[in-house]
Amino acid sequence: MTASTTTASTWLSAGTWRRLFRDKPLIPLSGLLVLLVVLFELGPSSVNVNWMAVTVRAAIPLAILGACQTLTMLTGGIDLSVAAIASMTGFLTATLVGDLGLPTALAISLGAAALAGLISGIGIGVFRVHPLIMTLGMSLIVLGLANVWQVQRRQTGAGVPPELREVGIRMFADILPYSLIIFVPLAAIILFSLRRTGYGRLLYAVGDNPVAARLSGVKAWQVLIVLYVISALLAGIAGFLYAGLNNTASVSLVDSALLPSVAAAVIGGTSILGGRGGYAGTIVGALILQVTISLLASLGYPEAVRQILFGSVIVLVAAAYTRVTEES
Amino acid sequence: MSAASAAAEPQSNAADVVRRVVRNNGWSLGLVVFIVLILGFTKLILPSYGVTGIQGAAISILPLALAAVAQAIVVIAGGIDLSIGSIMAFTSVVAAALMKGQSEEMAVLIVIAVLLLGLLVGAINGILVVLTRVPDIVVTLAMLFVWAGAALLVLRTPGGASADWLHKLVLGELFNEWIPKAAVVMLLVVAIIWIPVRRSRVGLSIYAIGSNQLAAFRSGVSVARTKVFAYMLTGLFSALAGLSLTASTGIGAPVPGPYTLLSVAAVVLGGVSLAGGRGGVLGPILAVIILRLLRDDMTFLRWDPNYATVAEGAILVGVVMIGTLVQNRRSRA
Repeated sequence: MTASTTTASTWLSAGTWRRLFRDKPLIPLSGLLVLLVVLFELGPSSVNVNWMAVTVRAAIPLAILGACQTLTMLTGGIDLSVAAIASMTGFLTATLVGDLGLPTALAISLGAAALAGLISGIGIGVFRVHPLIMTLGMSLIVLGLANVWQVQRRQTGAGVPPELREVGIRMFADILPYSLIIFVPLAAIILFSLRRTGYGRLLYAVGDNPVAARLSGVKAWQVLIVLYVISALLAGIAGFLYAGLNNTASVSLVDSALLPSVAAAVIGGTSILGGRGGYAGTIVGALILQVTISLLASLGYPEAVRQILFGSVIVLVAAAYTRVTEES
Repeated sequence: MSAASAAAEPQSNAADVVRRVVRNNGWSLGLVVFIVLILGFTKLILPSYGVTGIQGAAISILPLALAAVAQAIVVIAGGIDLSIGSIMAFTSVVAAALMKGQSEEMAVLIVIAVLLLGLLVGAINGILVVLTRVPDIVVTLAMLFVWAGAALLVLRTPGGASADWLHKLVLGELFNEWIPKAAVVMLLVVAIIWIPVRRSRVGLSIYAIGSNQLAAFRSGVSVARTKVFAYMLTGLFSALAGLSLTASTGIGAPVPGPYTLLSVAAVVLGGVSLAGGRGGVLGPILAVIILRLLRDDMTFLRWDPNYATVAEGAILVGVVMIGTLVQNRRSRA
């Protein structure tokens, strides 16, 4: 903070840049995103409106899962159960919709997700189990129960309701994905809550300095229980979109998105140690990941090389971020 | 230090020694008791359970047990390695691809090369963690993709072959039909690699940096070098786990199994603190055995095997909850 007075005149100094990266992560991240898109343009295929729409459509569910990671990471936690919960809600809906109709099926799925989140929240908030362990255990429980359900119903999740398919796949005039209808309000609520509401600030408080938060009268356990329920509900909603987007539902559909969702939050500048970050960065992070995936695919590299480059991008961005934002 | 005090007090009798062993290994002893209980229960529900069951269990336990040891070492050093499953897949396919069509003698060299590869992979992980100063979990998460990609680069689809002697090394029994070779291999590997490290200066350093990095630094421990060394050991044990996969299946599969997350679960169940600096490698091995035996029992009871996954999750959470409660009670008293 004192640096701002001494280096105010030299706007090109390292301190200025450091503050830019730390306080306004959106600017450098958007720059990176533009750079990737330009690289894409230089590659074999060209950027067009349709490509952008498809990329955005694929990034939306990832960005919602990224929200789960962002919110939990702000408190110093992590949610490894999002993939299992998202797969479960999509699968449950697909198997229930035939008997109960869509609204009831959606409600039951979200109810199951909320229950899983509630148990995780109680474990983490009240019993002080490490979030990594609690949500890992929860993902095993959810996956196991979903498998049991699958065996008992003797049914695969082929019956994705047409409404979910519409929301997941269709686009207005081939440029605006329908899923924006779900994502834009969700993102707006999350961004607003984190900046402007008491609950949002409590998340930062609990993650930044748990002792100080406790001494100022914050009941961390209540904050955490609500947080993990919210996270599970968000994961559940993302699960509907994944089922719709892929037009299939299985108990392991979303598994491959678990680690990218963590990566999206990390690239977006949210600290895994808690107390620092925000959702805007995560949205850009999810877009960066999706553009990277698309870019690598268009270059015609085999899957192997794509994965290696994907991992390297995550390390490089995270390393650059840590370097630049670290207090000297 | 305990050896010196024991020498100074010649009157310290066998009872004291037993008491000390129990106090220092309480968690592992509890796990052993639990294993005996499960085995008893298994015999009860399936009177024919015996040599075949134990042989089958041993061979399927080996890869995960080695992965659990790998995870335990890095967790003790205060880190975590989410790329273990990918390293296993990578080393497994490298071994299988190289061994195909090679002579048995050549395979010995290949095994050594693969172990060196494990050390190298671990060193890369560790150096990246130290150099970038990014939290371990993020770096190894990214490396998960890198090593999985490397595995795909070597073999696109499951294939390759395993040398005959490697296959025979883990299959079957030794001397007595009740002693599976896989268990002997496991014990030997841990005894040859981990115990000397544990007793050396660098082993102490690993515990020190996991327990309190700043205090370790101020006591003259090279934190960076120790951390890289811990990651190298993790890479080495992951490579051993990968080799055991190749040995038991006879091929290499480029797709990472569920080993990473299960190894974290086993480490926690085995009494290693995720905060670092506490625990050993015996507990995680015992935890892996328990998880496997429970899964077997559910099969014998004709339960849907998927309940075993539920049970694993519930046990993981339940044990940690109880552990935390006990710890809080103790620190309050």
